[in-house]
Amino acid sequence: MSVAVATKLRGKRICICAGSGGVGKTTISAALAIGLAARGARVAVVTIDPARRLAQSLGLAELGNEPRLVDPARFAAAGVQIDGELWAMMLDPKQTFDEMVARLAPDASTREEVFQNRIYQQLSNAVAGSQEFSAVAKLHELHRDGQFDALVLDTPPSRNALDFLEAPTRLTSFLEGRAVRLLLAPPGLASKVVGRGTGLVFSVLRRVTGVDLLTDISAFLRALGGVLEGFREQANAVGGLLRDRETTFLIVSSPEREPVEEAIFFRDQLRRHDMPFGGLIVNRVQPAELLLGDPARARGALAVPLGDRLAERVIANASDLRSLAERDRASIERLQRELGEPFTVLIEEQAADVYDLASLGQVAGALFAEDAA
Amino acid sequence: MTPSAADRAPGVLAKRLLFVTGKGGVGKTTVAAALGVLAARAGRRTLVAEVARRQDVSRTLAGEHAPEMGAEIELAPGLFWTTIEPQGAMEEYLTDQLPVRALADLLIHSRAFTYFAAATPGLRELLTVGKVWELSQPQRRTPGGQPYDLVVVDAPATGHGMAYLAAPRTFADAARVGPIARQGRIIHQMLTDPRRTGVIAVSTPDDMPVSEALILHRELPRQMGIELERVVVNAVQPRRFSPKEARAIRAARDEVSERGARAALNAALSQHLRSTANRRGLERVRRATGRPAATLPVLFEPTLGKAEIELLADRLERTL
Ligand SMILES: Nc1ncnc2c1ncn2[C@@H]1O[C@H](COP(=O)(O)OP(=O)(O)OP(=O)(O)O)[C@@H](O)[C@H]1O
Ligand SMILES: Nc1ncnc2c1ncn2[C@@H]1O[C@H](COP(=O)(O)OP(=O)(O)OP(=O)(O)O)[C@@H](O)[C@H]1O
Ligand SMILES: [Mg+2]
Ligand SMILES: [Mg+2]
Repeated sequence: MSVAVATKLRGKRICICAGSGGVGKTTISAALAIGLAARGARVAVVTIDPARRLAQSLGLAELGNEPRLVDPARFAAAGVQIDGELWAMMLDPKQTFDEMVARLAPDASTREEVFQNRIYQQLSNAVAGSQEFSAVAKLHELHRDGQFDALVLDTPPSRNALDFLEAPTRLTSFLEGRAVRLLLAPPGLASKVVGRGTGLVFSVLRRVTGVDLLTDISAFLRALGGVLEGFREQANAVGGLLRDRETTFLIVSSPEREPVEEAIFFRDQLRRHDMPFGGLIVNRVQPAELLLGDPARARGALAVPLGDRLAERVIANASDLRSLAERDRASIERLQRELGEPFTVLIEEQAADVYDLASLGQVAGALFAEDAA
Repeated sequence: MTPSAADRAPGVLAKRLLFVTGKGGVGKTTVAAALGVLAARAGRRTLVAEVARRQDVSRTLAGEHAPEMGAEIELAPGLFWTTIEPQGAMEEYLTDQLPVRALADLLIHSRAFTYFAAATPGLRELLTVGKVWELSQPQRRTPGGQPYDLVVVDAPATGHGMAYLAAPRTFADAARVGPIARQGRIIHQMLTDPRRTGVIAVSTPDDMPVSEALILHRELPRQMGIELERVVVNAVQPRRFSPKEARAIRAARDEVSERGARAALNAALSQHLRSTANRRGLERVRRATGRPAATLPVLFEPTLGKAEIELLADRLERTL
């Protein structure tokens, strides 16, 4: 089962790292991008990291919503050899939306109307789906500009994988709905066009939401209507991009129960959405060597250099970790059974938190190791 | 509640609503469940509420089962669980608002309305917090609903968690007048009343999660005008080896060749490194918040179940 990740990713221009919260999506995205850049590619990584720790270690103190070149001297200083280029950016959903509206709005007044709308301003908060949609939109923009050999996309800590996969479709199906056009029409007209039923819906709606809110929401939709056509095209293109031959989804998981179940669920969703699954990365695995050897023999071997009491505690610690290593092995087997193909890479739990370039370089090394199984 | 149990119970449990957030995977669900167990033990009728269709708390405390969405289920004496689903919350809201059931049904089944609701940014969040608020009322609006002393919300990760907290006010501002404006303001008032509501940030001692918790500590006052109630640092490595012992362990690696023994030495050294790094994470929290974090130990268990949550509840009781 020996594969090199580099071979498996050949011909892929977009790698999307997805998985449950906290499993290491951001870490793996950065390491993957470093590994690709190390092999000569011009790579851009789009990460989502509210804590901005990664930005700090990449030396990207002031962040725009555009990729910046990571200073090669930093890699040299961290002992990481890079033959290509690594560009990195932190996604700013609000700015991404603003840019999109600015680009798609037919005129300045439509644009301003959208920007001033309070419901639109909600999008700048991390409401469900907005990060997901803007991430994919940014990806689309970078892809279209064609300046990079490869793009690596980190994904937000969704509680639900569907938020991400369905972000573009949810928007298009809404925009294409007849209902939107009705909502956009003045209330009187709407009821004329569709008869009394819908008119009643609106008057009831007004009663439960309050007139002003309804006005704001309608204004939001109407203002968006100005950019509707553009949005629809954008969302369609973005949806197409997620299904492209040159795109691949990498599922990141930890060996814990919930992330494993989420990974299996996500694999299934990819299939149902006809989106390409590239491979599995199991992160934060206990070292396999914990499963080797026999505790009694080990204790014997440690008694001399450490003394009986310390030897005992060292063995007890190992046995704690061994129970985790056993769980990890079972999780990995389950994951491989459910979604093993095309490849599985195991990344060990590092002794220290991974966020500086040197430790990211190490993870990149493990990710691209020739004997990754 | 019995006086003795109440006396021992940490002060945060005296609130009506606890909102548990933090970075992905740090143990929000675990801590929310442990808080629930602890409060129920102290005699408070407690509900742990999950959002966004998750059912992790019930899986942990009661094994696999997929009860119907929206039901409030008693997992243990005095400890209830529910998962809030925006669609259900909306139907409830409409039924509550409209005097005639037929009108509510009309909206619920209208395609125009469905689209409208799906397309309004923040509406899912608003409906979810609206339901949380309803659950935490001394007088329930849900027909037949019994009041809870405490509702613990297992919220999504930090950024999205903040969006939930902010939703009522945003909508109240946008609506200005009318029922949503009125209720938005009432809900916002409750969320920002420190006597009734507390926001708890969960983190691991790792660098990135701590940074995220500290962002919340800084942003909550700015965006909501309230202080973060407490940082709970979960999964802290115990201090198993002294620096001197660690040196002995490192030295022994040069002498020992037996496979299992070498693996055990490596494991001890990594544990020591992690434990040391963990202390730095805890120190960062203490410095930034001016108060030591509440801590929970890492448990070396393949999965956490009821027994482990009970144990973590014991620890929480001492550390909160
Ligand atoms: N192999 C590893 N060994 C040790 N620590 C790791 C490893 N991989 C990731 N981490 C640490 O785990 C934490 C979570 O990682 P990361 O932020 O990459 O996860 P994420 O999936 O992006 O999280 P979120 O869902 O919150 O975006 C970080 O503190 C990171 O440094
Ligand atoms: N103190 C602990 N010791 C050992 N394992 C733990 C501890 N706390 C949590 N875990 C395990 O870590 C994993 C993540 O915990 P949990 O599900 O509570 O995190 P979460 O923050 O709710 O994650 P998500 O962001 O996905 O909702 C679970 O498998 C849980 O059993
Ligand atoms: Mg991340
Ligand atoms: Mg959770």
